[in-house]
Amino acid sequence: MNVIANSLQLFTGVQARWTGCAPEPTQRIYFANHTSHFDFLVLWSVLPEKLRTNTTAVGAADYWMKGSLRRWLALEVFKVALIERENVTRKNNPITQLKAVLDQGRSLIIFPEGGRSFDCKLQEFKSGIYYLAKTRTDVELVPTFLDNCNRVLPKGEFIPLPMLCSVTFGKPIKLEAQETKDAFLERARLAVEECARL
Amino acid sequence: MNLTGDPQAQLIIGGMLTILCAASLIGFILSKTLKGQKNQELVANLNSRTNAWWVMVIVFFFAIVLGRKGSIILFCMVSFLALREFITLTPTTRGDHRVLFWVFFILNPIQYFLLYINWLPLFLIFIPVYAYLWIPIRNAIAGDTNDFLARTAKIQWALMVCVYFVSYAPALLDVHAPGFENQGAKLLCFFVFVVQISDVLQYVFGKLFGKHKIAPNVSPNKTVEGFIGGILSAVALGSLLHWMTPFNPWQAALMALAITLMGFAGGLVMSAIKRDRGVKDYGVLIPGHGGMMDRIDSLCFAAPIFYHLTRFFFVH
Repeated sequence: MNVIANSLQLFTGVQARWTGCAPEPTQRIYFANHTSHFDFLVLWSVLPEKLRTNTTAVGAADYWMKGSLRRWLALEVFKVALIERENVTRKNNPITQLKAVLDQGRSLIIFPEGGRSFDCKLQEFKSGIYYLAKTRTDVELVPTFLDNCNRVLPKGEFIPLPMLCSVTFGKPIKLEAQETKDAFLERARLAVEECARL
Repeated sequence: MNLTGDPQAQLIIGGMLTILCAASLIGFILSKTLKGQKNQELVANLNSRTNAWWVMVIVFFFAIVLGRKGSIILFCMVSFLALREFITLTPTTRGDHRVLFWVFFILNPIQYFLLYINWLPLFLIFIPVYAYLWIPIRNAIAGDTNDFLARTAKIQWALMVCVYFVSYAPALLDVHAPGFENQGAKLLCFFVFVVQISDVLQYVFGKLFGKHKIAPNVSPNKTVEGFIGGILSAVALGSLLHWMTPFNPWQAALMALAITLMGFAGGLVMSAIKRDRGVKDYGVLIPGHGGMMDRIDSLCFAAPIFYHLTRFFFVH
């Protein structure tokens, strides 16, 4: 796994900028903008090894279960936690699933937009991050901005290009008492936008 | 370059290591004696630059000693890194993805491969003719017509500056002037030394005596004093090093003048691009210096001119 992480770093010349918090092994949910399949790989590769081995990325089951290569990459290589985007029932509720991962003490990488944005503008956040913040108040929520990954591998392309990327980690946020769902989601979205300016 | 049987080669490498040791020593003494936060920051930057020079010089000589193949691979990688910084800074769109794949993984290697197999006529026109034709064709096939001309021109320029111009430097390996056969590696060392020491001396003279800005809008750190002092001393050093080349001391001085003036122009042009894009450096690859493109901007512009002058006046 280290080989994969190092070659990714070499290929994308990625620069990690810990502006709002330090790379410490506290339990965290990194939530980031989503423009490319490279996103979770780049974010995951800049985490120091100790953090990386204890961090699980979250992906969409309907995308990653299609085709044997994708399934193999998601399940065997990167051990992505696959969640249901459509047809959510009580049995496959993503929040229950992710809570179970958090209960093992692992950190998460999530993309609250729920899919890749085509024009690179930050879309509305889905509510999952709110429910996670509500049930696990002790976990730090770290806003993260990924720059240029969309040019490494834009939506619809399959050969990655060597472009310089950067990952900016902002100041962790917390769900305030009495804060409504919509207010929190908007605040989380603005926190990611803020990272883009740092 | 033959290290064991060639006293000149030993002198070049020994001389370079001596200069670096002296620079490290001066940096160490300055860090102990200079007081004040501003001075300390300056010295810290100076020392990280010197440390980066150690790495660059060692990598460069390692490749040169490995021989022609090693040198060509080194410059191919330099082109790749410069290209990556240049393209990252250039606003390309999704429509350019496929053509950029060609630039990074096919056109750049082919240019250096043509040099390696010594197909000189094609090497000299491959990018200005064939790549220049292919880039708009591939982009037209991709079908995105927004800003078509500007996008195509940016990619063509990136290829020209980062690959074509840079590849003239290792092409010096194959310059065989009468009485100077198979000594291209020394000519390459002479060229790289003059172009880089001119940058360093312009920086040093600028820091010591700089008062009048020479191009305040484009490159606020460049001064008239740095320009004159740096170029004159680099020309003098070039003349002293004439034994590395087929030139006599006078000719070496004029060649060094051409190299340093083109190098200065290259720095200016690449700075103008940075200002336009609103950044200070092309990257963070080389501590203290910025990116690869920041380090080789002067080399890009000087290499083709030096190559042509040498071939025109000394090879026939």
